[in-house]
This record gives sequence, structure tokens and C-alpha cells, in this order.
Amino acid sequence: MPFDIYDFTSLTKWIDTSLHSAMSPFWTTVTEMVIIGVLILLFYAIVGLFLVYAERKVCAFMQNRLGPNRVGPFGIFQTIADLIKLLFVELVPIKNADKFLFNLAPFIVIIASFMAIAAIPFALGLQAIDLNIGVLYIIAVSSMGVVGILIAGWSSNNKYSLIGAMRSGAQIVSYELSVGLALITVVILAGSLQLSTIVESQRDGWFLFKGHIPAFIAFILYMIASTAETNRGPFDLAEAESELTAGYHTEYSGIKFAFFFLAEYINMFIVASIAATVFLGGWMPFHVGGWEGFNHVMDFIPPFFWYLGKTAFVIFMMMWFKWTFPRLRIDQLLTLEWKYLLPINLVNVLFMSFIVLMGWHF
Amino acid sequence: MEEKVKNITADDQQEYVINMGPQHPSTHGVLRLVVSLKGEIVQNLIPHIGYIHRGIEKMCESITYPQIIHLTDRMDYLSAHINNEAVCLNVEKALEIDIPDRIKVIRTIMAELTRIQSHQLWWCSFGMDLGGLTCFFYGLRDREKILDIFEETCGGRMIVSYNCPGGLMYDIHPNFQKRVKEFINYFRKTLPEYDQLLTGNVIFKERTKGVGRLSLEDAIAYGATGPTGRASGFSCDVRKQEPYSAYDRVSFNEVLFNDGDTYHRYLARIAEMRESMDIIEQLIDNIPEGPYAVKMKPVIKLPEGEYYQRVETARGELGVYIISDGNKNPLRVKFRSPNFVNLSILNEISKGWKIADLVAIGGSLDLVIPDIDR
Repeated sequence: MPFDIYDFTSLTKWIDTSLHSAMSPFWTTVTEMVIIGVLILLFYAIVGLFLVYAERKVCAFMQNRLGPNRVGPFGIFQTIADLIKLLFVELVPIKNADKFLFNLAPFIVIIASFMAIAAIPFALGLQAIDLNIGVLYIIAVSSMGVVGILIAGWSSNNKYSLIGAMRSGAQIVSYELSVGLALITVVILAGSLQLSTIVESQRDGWFLFKGHIPAFIAFILYMIASTAETNRGPFDLAEAESELTAGYHTEYSGIKFAFFFLAEYINMFIVASIAATVFLGGWMPFHVGGWEGFNHVMDFIPPFFWYLGKTAFVIFMMMWFKWTFPRLRIDQLLTLEWKYLLPINLVNVLFMSFIVLMGWHF
Repeated sequence: MEEKVKNITADDQQEYVINMGPQHPSTHGVLRLVVSLKGEIVQNLIPHIGYIHRGIEKMCESITYPQIIHLTDRMDYLSAHINNEAVCLNVEKALEIDIPDRIKVIRTIMAELTRIQSHQLWWCSFGMDLGGLTCFFYGLRDREKILDIFEETCGGRMIVSYNCPGGLMYDIHPNFQKRVKEFINYFRKTLPEYDQLLTGNVIFKERTKGVGRLSLEDAIAYGATGPTGRASGFSCDVRKQEPYSAYDRVSFNEVLFNDGDTYHRYLARIAEMRESMDIIEQLIDNIPEGPYAVKMKPVIKLPEGEYYQRVETARGELGVYIISDGNKNPLRVKFRSPNFVNLSILNEISKGWKIADLVAIGGSLDLVIPDIDR
């Protein structure tokens, strides 16, 4: 395949061997961990800043306005200016708050999103850790964030925060089922939980197209459920601005608030990149059967950009939802999950197993 | 502090009391609602008002009649023109002045434009209460066009103060008719967008249908007027029942629904915007020639007696009650404000609904807090 020229494996192998020749295996591992940690941290910050900017521009586009346009050309430095402001804002001490838990909560939320990012394959050979249970790992890790949200709501000593946290708990725990089952549908088709294998087996066609109707249903279900899981509109009940002022992070200010804010966007990014990896072929280029010239051109776009493009598409869809729909009510939200999405999902898993068993997929 | 905690736990009601407001995004002003919750379900609700009380009724007693008009702008700032009109009509009625047709027609057109812009702003904020943030900008986009028309003719955009006893402050701008017609053409095209964005939305329907139902009996008993009362089937349109200004010469429908839920209060206002456009279209080409104001005495003194005039603002029936002792100041002024009455039904209709519904119901009542406190 021509895009194999963009293989990152040789680069990582070279770094590994040169480090090994310089120091002991223990220190090699430590150095590699530090390098990866710093890279992920940088990536995290850049993605967070970019997504905040993108959201503001997209919502401005949907709402007949210009969006940020003062700081730098097209306002691209607006989010950096905002970040600097957030860093210098006073951290307001809260009376009768549980200080330890109050300070701990933002870290739990942000660590959960950090851990999930480690398992995502960005390009061929560009993956921090290729677990053989990658899908399971991501589902498990991303559900840790809810603990942080519950702690934040509980420790704030604010009634709105508590209502927001309780809503969020009910919502995320419910929708996790749908996210999991939608991914399981594809795992059945791929026959593996390893993310690199899942991407590799989409070489001859994305699972969205390979898996017939059930894959398509699973994709739609995943989009709905993951939007809900990331607490974004129309499912943003946990921070429902018009009802609970700001929900679970009402009492947070300054950099602690920025942590929640950033984690929300990174969660959206993670969810979108899982959708891109599992349903839209990850970093695989777009191919049309029979169009050799077209496919050849597509192959020369680096996989990393394919991956980013697909993720951006999914993120745009999620922003589109948010800026179009009104918010659901908590009972309607749970009804949607337990009475509609979950049964459809269960039937869909059966349907997919049947198709795989009969060998009817492409 | 500890004693307080003990008292709360000893209370077998175990209600979760939260303060909505005075600073809360969806009370639309400085209204404070003390809400008792059980889980998320509203058990009881006590509105605390008075955060923006300026004593307008008392202030009216020490100023002259033309000055009162400028105070009425500040009550229901979204129906500023209609409030002005109510006072003027009352003064003119007391003095038994014949108002030329030109003034009547212009007042009616301006009142209907005011009604449209008020409903537009309500639509913005109602969408936002339900979490549809894009609605806000769609509504404001169109409202800006009306405010521009106001600015050209009245000088003011929101607080217009365009009326004075005996007529209008000044004549309409030469562009007025052209721009109003342009606006009507434009808004006929953009109003369907409102339906596409919100009315037809499944989530919106789920959120509003059947929520906060106000029965016809309750609407009459509490005196809920305006689109709120008419959505419950209470025929209370002052423009129909007691036509003032030029409403007797135009044909329009009184928007009536029977369900009385949040969804129908919403539909009533959307339908009223269409009716208002019909009224303006009937009048805009037939503005009669004549003076824009009647010559009045420099000091207006009302004959001794009691005078009452009611008008239909964007939110319901506004009554102006003036007692005069023959002086240049009124002895006593009382405003029957539609918002104060409409607020009183909030507890009745939001009991048993969730806190998210409370926000939707509150939004559908279209409360303007300065009008409640005055």
C-alpha cells in the first residue's frame, strides 16, 4: 500500500533502539514514558484550544454572527487570551465546601480523559499503547470522568451543583450501555478488541459500509449515546445553563473551571476519534472501488490528516446537534435510553452476530 | 448553624429548597422564586418580588400627566409604546378630546409593531430557556429591523415615549411606510424559520405539550390575560371587546386555543405575530392626512373623578386607573399590570412538574419583571 511510506513504526523503532544503546532498559522505559507524556500533554493542550475556537466559530456560523475576530487574524488567539485570563482569575474559596474533594474533582475528570487518549491510534504506528483490549479499555477509562463530576457536585456545597451532578450520574451511567453496545456491534464484525487490528481490517472498506444496516444503526446509536455521554447539548442536562446556572461546576473558578471546560472538549475529541476509528476507518484513506487513479491520490494524503479530518467531521456533527436542538428533560433523557436506544442496540447486536455468522458482510 | 441543620433534618417534609434568582439566567430579570423540590419535582413555589420596585405609582402622584408617560415606558419595557398609549387614552377620555384618525392609525401601527418585537424577544428567550441557543440570534436578527424603524421615527429604540396626551410627539418619518412594508415582506419570509427551528422540533414538542396546563376556570379565576389566557380559551382580547384607537376598523382574529399548556401558549404568540402583521398591512397604506397632535393646554388638568382605560399589551390586559382631584397631578394612579397577575398562576400550574418544566412554564408566561414590581 502506498500510504505505508507514512509509517511511523520505523521512527519509533529508531528512537527505541538508540535509547537502548545509550542507557539501561529501565531508564529507556522511563525516558520513553516522559517523552510520550509530554507529547500527549502538548497534543491535549493544542486540541483543547483549537476545539474551543472551532466551537465558537461553528456556533457563530450557525447563529448569523462572526464569532471571535479581534485577537489575531480571524480571532485565532482568542482562546489563548481566554486561557491566560483563566490562569490569573482568583480561585474563590467556597464556604463549607469539602476542600479535599473539591480540589480533587477536576483532576479526576481530566485524568480520565488523559488516559483515554493514550489508546487512540492517530496514524500507522502512532499510538501510545496498543492494548489488545483497546475498545474495552477506552470504555472503562472514559466512564471514570463521572466520578469526578459527582465529587464536584457533592463537595461544592451548592444545591444546583448537586442536582447537576445527580443528573449527570444518571445520564452517563445509562448512556454508557449504549456506547458500549454500539461498539460491541463493530467488535463482533471486526473480531477483535484491539484498535490497531480494527483499523487494519478496514483496509478494504470502512465498517460503516462493510457492516450492512446494523453497522449503520450502530453508528447512529453511537453518535446519540456518545453526545449524551460527553454531556453536550441537547443532552447537557448536567450543566443546563437555563435551569441550574452551570450545574456541577457552578462553584469552580479560574484554572479549576478551565480543567472541566478543557475535559469536556477533550472528551468530545476522544468520542469523535473513537467513532472515526471504529466506524470510519481510522487513519485509512477514503477509497472508491475501481477508481484506481482516485485511490492513488487519496493514498498520498498522510494518514494522520485522514484521521484528523474524520474526527473533525464527527465533531462538527456533534456541534451541529448542540446548536440546533433544544434540551431534553431528565425523564425524557432516561426514557430515550432505556426504552429506545438500549432495546434497539440489543437487537442490533443480535442482527450483527447473525450477519457475521452467515458471512453476509462485505 | 448546627441548630439550623438539625431543624432541617427534623423536618419530616424533607423538601429540598432552592432559590431561583434574583440572579438566575431564566427568571428574565430580578425575580426570586423559592422552590421546594422533592427530587426534581416542584412541590411548592413562592415568588418573591420587589427587587426592582421603583414606586412608579407613587411617583406618578407628584408629576404631571405628560410626565407620567415617560415613567410608563419603564414598566413593561417591551410594550413601551402600548403603555404610553394607555395613559394617553385615559387622559384624552377624561378631557373628552376627539382624536384625529391619523393619530389613531399611527398609534395602532406602532402598537402592533411593538407587539411583534415583544413576541420576537420572547421567542428568543423561550428558545434559550429550553436550551436551543440558536433561537436567540434568529429572533434578535428580526427584532433589530423593528427597532430600526422605531429609531427613525421616535428617536428611541426600546423606550420610545412616542405618545403624548392629545396625539404623538412628532410626525412619522417619511420612510416609515416604506420600511414597515419592507419589514412585513421580510418577516413573512422569516417567520416560517421560527417554526422550522423550534415549533416542528420533536424535542420541543415533547418538552412543552401538556406541560403546565392552565384550565379555563383557573385562567378566569386568576385573571390571566393576553396570550396566556387566550391559550386556555379565555376570550380576553381588549382589542376585540373594547376597541380603542383604530382597532374597530381592522379585521383580525382573536387567537384562541383550548389546551392551555405551554405548547399552546407558544402557538398563541406565534399566531399573534401573524395577526399583527395582518393588522399593519390593512392600515399602513391608509394613514389619513391630518395633524399628528391636537393642540392641548400647556398645563393639563383632569376634571375631578375616576378614570379607567384598559389596553392589550403584548402580555395581556393593562389597566390604567387614575383618580383626579382637578389638579395638574393625579391624586392616585394604579396600574393593573398583566405580568403581576400572570405570575400568580405560576405556582398553580408548575406544581408536580420538574424543575426543567418550571423553566419552560415560566418562559411561556413571558414575564417582564419591572412590570410586576413597578
